[in-house]
Amino acid sequence: MTATTTPPQVRAETPGAKPSAVANGLVLVWRNLKRLPRQPDMVVYGTIQPIMFVVLFAYVFGGSISVGGSNDPRVYREFLMGGIFAETMAFAVASSSVGLADDMKKGLVDRFRSLPIARSAVITGRVVGDLVFNAFVLVVLMLCGLVVGWRIRSTVAEAALAVFILLLFTFAMLWVGALIGLSVKSAEVAASAGLIWLFPLTFISNAFVDPSYMPGWLQPVAEWNPISAVALSVRDLFGNPVGNRPDSFAGDHPVALTFIYLAAIIVLFSWLAVRKYQKAVTR
Amino acid sequence: MAAVEVAGLTKVFRSRKESVRALDGLDLAIPEGTVLGLLGPNGSGKTTTVRILATLLDADEGSARVLGHNVAREPDIVRSLIGLSGQFSAVDENLTGRENLWMFGRLYGLPSAQARDRAAELLEVFDLSEAAERTTKDYSGGMKRRLDLAGALVAQPRVLFLDEPTTGLDPKSRIELWEVIRRRVREGVTLLLTTQYLEEADILADNIAVIDQGRVIAEGTADSLKASVGGERIEVVVHEADQVGVAASVLRRHCEDDVGIEERHRRLTVASSGGASVLVSIIRDLDAEGVGIDDIGLRRPTLDDVFLTLTGHAAERAEATDTRRGAA
Repeated sequence: MTATTTPPQVRAETPGAKPSAVANGLVLVWRNLKRLPRQPDMVVYGTIQPIMFVVLFAYVFGGSISVGGSNDPRVYREFLMGGIFAETMAFAVASSSVGLADDMKKGLVDRFRSLPIARSAVITGRVVGDLVFNAFVLVVLMLCGLVVGWRIRSTVAEAALAVFILLLFTFAMLWVGALIGLSVKSAEVAASAGLIWLFPLTFISNAFVDPSYMPGWLQPVAEWNPISAVALSVRDLFGNPVGNRPDSFAGDHPVALTFIYLAAIIVLFSWLAVRKYQKAVTR
Repeated sequence: MAAVEVAGLTKVFRSRKESVRALDGLDLAIPEGTVLGLLGPNGSGKTTTVRILATLLDADEGSARVLGHNVAREPDIVRSLIGLSGQFSAVDENLTGRENLWMFGRLYGLPSAQARDRAAELLEVFDLSEAAERTTKDYSGGMKRRLDLAGALVAQPRVLFLDEPTTGLDPKSRIELWEVIRRRVREGVTLLLTTQYLEEADILADNIAVIDQGRVIAEGTADSLKASVGGERIEVVVHEADQVGVAASVLRRHCEDDVGIEERHRRLTVASSGGASVLVSIIRDLDAEGVGIDDIGLRRPTLDDVFLTLTGHAAERAEATDTRRGAA
C-alpha cells in the first residue's frame, strides 16, 4: 500500500472551503493592475491616442464643423468632449480583447481553467482591472478637455452621474471585448478585426459631429446608436452643448435609453463570454 | 483503487472538412504514487488525454476518474486535487516568479501568508530564488518551464499531469527538470507524463503506455516492453549511402526479423538471437560484398526499438523509402 510510504507534506484533503468568486476575482484584478507600471509604453500610448483625438478634432476639424447652427469653434470644442469620452471608452474593447487573446495564446487560460476557481473569475478579473485603467484614462481626458475649453456647467450630482455612465459604458464594452478576445486566434487578430467594427459605430453617431447634418437615411442610425445615447447623456449631464436634439425618445430621454442599452449589453455579453470561457480551446 | 482510471475514452474533433478521432477507446490505470509515461507520436492523443483528465475538455464517450472523482461530473473536486503543466510555459510574463507562484497559491485557495511561504519554498526547490523578483518575460526557456512546474505544485497536488514537460528545452535544462520531477515523485505524487522522448519515459516512468491513433497498443515497465520486442540487436552503420541496400540483404540472410533502416544515418538495425557468432559472419559477408563499415555492434533493445516495432510507422516508412530508392 503506497499510502504508508507517503510523506506527511503531501496533502490528503482539499484545503478548507471553496474560495469565493470575489476572492479569486480580486487576485486576478491584482494581477491585471500589477502589469500596468511594467508596461509603461502601453499606458503612455493608451492615453496619448485619445489626447491626440481631442487635439486633432478640436483644432483641425473644429473650425469647420457646425453644431446646432453655431460655427463657433469654442462651442464645437465643448460639444466634442462628450463624444470623445464615449468614443475612447468604447475602444476599451481593445484592452480586454487583446489581453484575453494573449492569455489564451500563452496557455494561461488553460491553466486558470484547471484551477478550482469560479468560472467567471478570470474574465471578471480582467474586466475590473481594465476598468481601473480606463478610469485613469478618463481622468486624463477630462483634464485635457479643461485645457481646450471644455467645462462642467452642471451640479456635482449630475456630473457624478455622467462619470458613472461613462464607467458603466466602459464596463459593458469590456465584456464585449472579453467575448472577442476568447473567440479570436491571436492578440493580433483581436487588435485588428476585433476593433474594426468600432470605427463605423463611433463615427456614425453624434460623437464628433451633429447628426442633423448627415444624410436623412443615416440620421436614424446615428440617433439610436448606443454611442450617441451615451454621448448625449453625458453632454446633458455636464451641461454642454448638444447640437440639434432629435425629436424622439432617443433625444428626449437619453439617460434612460443609455441604461437600457448598457443593461442589455452587460447581461448578454457577460453570459456569452463566461460560456465561451468554459469551452475555450487553446490554439 | 488507482489514482487515475480511464476507461473507453473516446474523443472526436469535428470540423467542417473532416472529423478526427483523437481518442478511440483509450484505457489507462495509474496506481497511486506511481509514474505512468504516456508515449506516442505527434497526434496520437496524448495531449487530448491530459486535457480531458485536467477537466479542460469533455470526452465523447467513456469515463475518466481522478482519485475516484469523475472528471466530467465533479470537475471542481478534480481541479482541487490535480496539478497541470502543459506544453506551454503558462506563467504571467508581467509578474515576477514570486508573484506568479503567490497568485497560483491564492487561486488554489491558500491564505495569503501561506501562499507567500509556499512560493518562497518552491522558488528555492526549483533553483529560482535569485530570479524571484524578476518579471518572467526575462526568464530563459528552462526557467519558465521550472516556474510553470512549480505553479502546478503550489497546492501539493496528489496527482500531477505533465504534458511534454521538457519539449523545447536544451539537454542540460532537461536533465535538471528530470531531477526535480523525480524528487516530487519520491514524495508520493502520482504522475502522468506524456512525452515523445523515449529516454524521458525510460528514466522517469514506472510504467509506460504506448499509444497510437488514440488507443493503448502496449503497456508495461520499460524492461518488459524492451524484452517483448526480442533480444539483442545488431546495428550497422555503412560507409556509403548506396551500400545500404546491399547491407540490408546481407543482414536478411543472417536474421529472420525485419531490418530497420535509417537511410539518413546509413544505419541498419535488426533483432538477432545469435550473439557474437552471427555478428562475425555478418562482418565477413559485408566485407566480401565490398561494403565499408563505419560502425557495427551488438546492443540491448531501447525504447526506440519498442516504439518502432509497435507503432510500425517510422520503421515501415523508412523501409518503403529504401525499396523505392533501391529500385531506381
